[in-house]
Amino acid sequence: MGFLALAFFAQEAWSALPIEREKLQGGLEVYWVNVQSLPMVDIQIDFDAGSRRDPVNKVGLASVVSLMLNKGVTSQGKKPALDENALGQAWADLGAVFTASAGDDRMSIYIRSLSQASVLNEAMALAYRQIAAPAFSASIWSREKTRLLSDLKESLTQPAPVAARAFKQAVMQSHPYGRSMSEDSIQRIDARDLKAFHSSFLSACGAKISLVGALNREQVLKIANGLAQQLKPSPRCADSSALEASHGPAHNDTLSASGFEAVKPLEKAQRIHIGFNSAQSHVLIGQPGIERADARYFPLTVGNYILGGGGFVSRLTEQVREKRGLSYSVYSYFTPALQAGPFTIGLQTRGDQTEQAIKVVQDVLQEFVSEGPTQEELQAAKDNLIGGFALRIDSNKKLLDNVANMAWYHLPLDYLQTWSAQVQKVSVKDIHQAFKGLIDPHKLATVVVGVKP
Amino acid sequence: MYGVLFAKRVVLLSETRILNLLQDRQTVMQGKNKIMQYAFKASRILGVFVSIGAVLAMPSWALSPDPMALKAHGIHVSTLDNGLTVVVKPDSKAPTAVHMLWVKVGSMDEVDGYTGIAHILEHMMFKGTPSVPAGEFSKKVAALGGRENAFTDKDFTGYFQQIPSSKLESVMKLEADRFANNSWPDEEFVKELEVVKEERRMRTDDAPRSKLYEQLEATHWLANPYRRPIIGWMEDLNSMTPKDARDFYHAWYAPNNAVLVVVGDVDVKQVQDLAKTYYGHLPQKVLPVRKPRSEPPQHGVRRVSLKAPAEQAYVLLSWRVPGFTGFDHQQHNKEALALTVLSAVLDGYEGARLDRALTQGAKSVAQEANSYYDFAGRGPQIFILEAVPKAGVGLSLLEERLKAQIQKIAKEGVSESELKRVKAQYVAQAVYKRDSFFNQAQEMGAFWARGLPLDTNDLLMGPLQEVSSKEVQAVAAKYFSDDTLSAAYLLPEPLDPKTQKRQEQAKRMAGVGK
Repeated sequence: MGFLALAFFAQEAWSALPIEREKLQGGLEVYWVNVQSLPMVDIQIDFDAGSRRDPVNKVGLASVVSLMLNKGVTSQGKKPALDENALGQAWADLGAVFTASAGDDRMSIYIRSLSQASVLNEAMALAYRQIAAPAFSASIWSREKTRLLSDLKESLTQPAPVAARAFKQAVMQSHPYGRSMSEDSIQRIDARDLKAFHSSFLSACGAKISLVGALNREQVLKIANGLAQQLKPSPRCADSSALEASHGPAHNDTLSASGFEAVKPLEKAQRIHIGFNSAQSHVLIGQPGIERADARYFPLTVGNYILGGGGFVSRLTEQVREKRGLSYSVYSYFTPALQAGPFTIGLQTRGDQTEQAIKVVQDVLQEFVSEGPTQEELQAAKDNLIGGFALRIDSNKKLLDNVANMAWYHLPLDYLQTWSAQVQKVSVKDIHQAFKGLIDPHKLATVVVGVKP
Repeated sequence: MYGVLFAKRVVLLSETRILNLLQDRQTVMQGKNKIMQYAFKASRILGVFVSIGAVLAMPSWALSPDPMALKAHGIHVSTLDNGLTVVVKPDSKAPTAVHMLWVKVGSMDEVDGYTGIAHILEHMMFKGTPSVPAGEFSKKVAALGGRENAFTDKDFTGYFQQIPSSKLESVMKLEADRFANNSWPDEEFVKELEVVKEERRMRTDDAPRSKLYEQLEATHWLANPYRRPIIGWMEDLNSMTPKDARDFYHAWYAPNNAVLVVVGDVDVKQVQDLAKTYYGHLPQKVLPVRKPRSEPPQHGVRRVSLKAPAEQAYVLLSWRVPGFTGFDHQQHNKEALALTVLSAVLDGYEGARLDRALTQGAKSVAQEANSYYDFAGRGPQIFILEAVPKAGVGLSLLEERLKAQIQKIAKEGVSESELKRVKAQYVAQAVYKRDSFFNQAQEMGAFWARGLPLDTNDLLMGPLQEVSSKEVQAVAAKYFSDDTLSAAYLLPEPLDPKTQKRQEQAKRMAGVGK
């Protein structure tokens, strides 16, 4: 992680360890940092197979596929099939970790292993099989479906998940980012859907593998090539439009280059109240935000630190918690992704204080958007963000998170070296303009889940 | 987003167990591997610190049987004249450091009518000193590029800052100041108390499984202070006064009741000198007497149930078991190691015994099933099994199936491959842990508060490898009778008819239902 040592730190131990990149045949891109301080390896593999690729009537499919990657593999050559328990035992015997999850944009596989060759080789061989040859057993899926539906219904007895679902839908409207799995959408998924999704989207095309740990170039490329050989060539890389026509959203008038509709701004303010017999109201307020590639990324990041991102020193925390004792937690954040994810403000408060808390948030936001931050606030934000930069990458796991993000969003290789300079460049005016141009305090979606006052 | 539902399967335990450690201001995730979680979970060491004389006179190496071993594990321990223990673990892999101050006082040191006071005081520690007014502490830490938080457990209270290592002196100065000089006007207390009540509503009152766990503890312990929730009963919060917080602070916040832990890119001598400069002048105090409040023996099952709005029923079974108190050859310590392995064999990996027996196959009875063992703590230890039934399965049947898994091991022991597997996980996890300065500091602080050697993690490596199937079998046979069981059932409540309509609307809004 010492690649930024020369720019920011005097410590000799952090002398240049650059992030390296290779593109393999078939499209798989490899990013890595050789960190020898511990005999271990952290690896993330990202596929363009997130929930936004769920068919409209089968929302949740990407998540189900990620879940089922851990539930058995088919036989391959001389290697016999392994069921879910054999897989769980194999990983435990290695003392290694394999997890899979689906976000809005990407399906992410995370592997942690000792770097000792005998352990790592076996771990990777297992991981390849789970990625390339999952069993997707119909009977296991049937069991997991029951479990998933039960967990889904349970979550709907709790105010926080109910609020999150309603908010997503209100802010993202018809965009796939706004959808949530439902009883019906899960019921419609069968084992064939898992196979179809897997063969369409878990391909080398657009995929990234990021590695941080005790690995030299040769070892990295061996692992990456091993993965690339397992991934079937996908028609999507050659002709992305054809595939997106069959798997993308069914009806759109404004498709973006990726085949997904653009996120539309809200046309008017909307208030949604969902009655709930809970001690607290859960409040979510927001609008569509920005995509990761947006030029306003840094001004909005620094601005949001001041508004509601900076722990105890943000305006929202000051006004809602510190001054008035209205909530244990109050925050704001952007969700920049391949497309514009939501800008969200959230809090929880005793039912009868709900309106008061909402009013305080509205006033804080209104003032921030119309007047921007003060020079003093901006300086304090920079002091924290730049001063604390090293805390963002002071473990292999944290560094991997950053490297995987760079890979996924095609950020330049010197992204981490220039990060502090980008923050330093942000002016009061940049933040003011960015918020003013993006956030309209008169067109907010507000979701309240709780007892009606 | 959708991942939350899947993640739930993994975090079910922490959902209920999180109350053992109220981590304020930000969430810090612990590892999920069962065998590695003990550092933060609740020893029968009540005798060790009862005598004030013993605390003040404690030699600097009392914490480890072998100072050379400590150094071999990279840990440097010293004690200031006023009794403050200073622990430094240098590691130059990144130019950052974590600075933690731990006070050996937690909710178990509270008395009836004052539940939650240790945690409220933790909040109030951010509310100023004569030289750093309310709100300024956090601003100053932020200006240094730092991240900060604090946590309250049954056994201890901790404060920390993560900073570029060059800023260590600045945060140490701030922390020493509030440790010695915390003071605030009554109005600050009144506002913050409301924040804490909101915290209780969020963590417990609106979270049926947390509430059930709270009731299980209150049922399981009659005399021991582990019976009370860390967050406090709402009525105690309602009647708490500023003076209560100040009194608790003056009684317990003393250098001879605290440890300073620094991990990161630092020089050992320099940290020790800084500690002397900033903490060395603080006077030691005579601490309040800690009464043992040992739990009388239990001779019969205790049961509690809770009706609450939920879709899924849920069962928690908790048995009284020994905890680990040190690396001697006393039987209870060997048993604590065997219990650690037992929990890992039941539930330490995907497809371990509980998964296999209860959630798989045509005769499965559970959606999920987990085990948990606390390993060590200042108070008595418990071993927990918990499960969510499949639709149509009653909680008493589920309870029987959970117990049957222990009985099976009591009868047959465990396989060599299971033992090997659990130990391989421990060896690998010991390496993974070193990736985070924060986790290393957190583990050492907890070991200190619980009277264990600071290098307990390293020292455990050998003894854990030696645990045999026979030993696991013996603890399974010895400690899991109904006579020392406490069982808690969550009974999903039909929705209030008045709110039924709103719930239907909620489901429609959420896109579920026809």
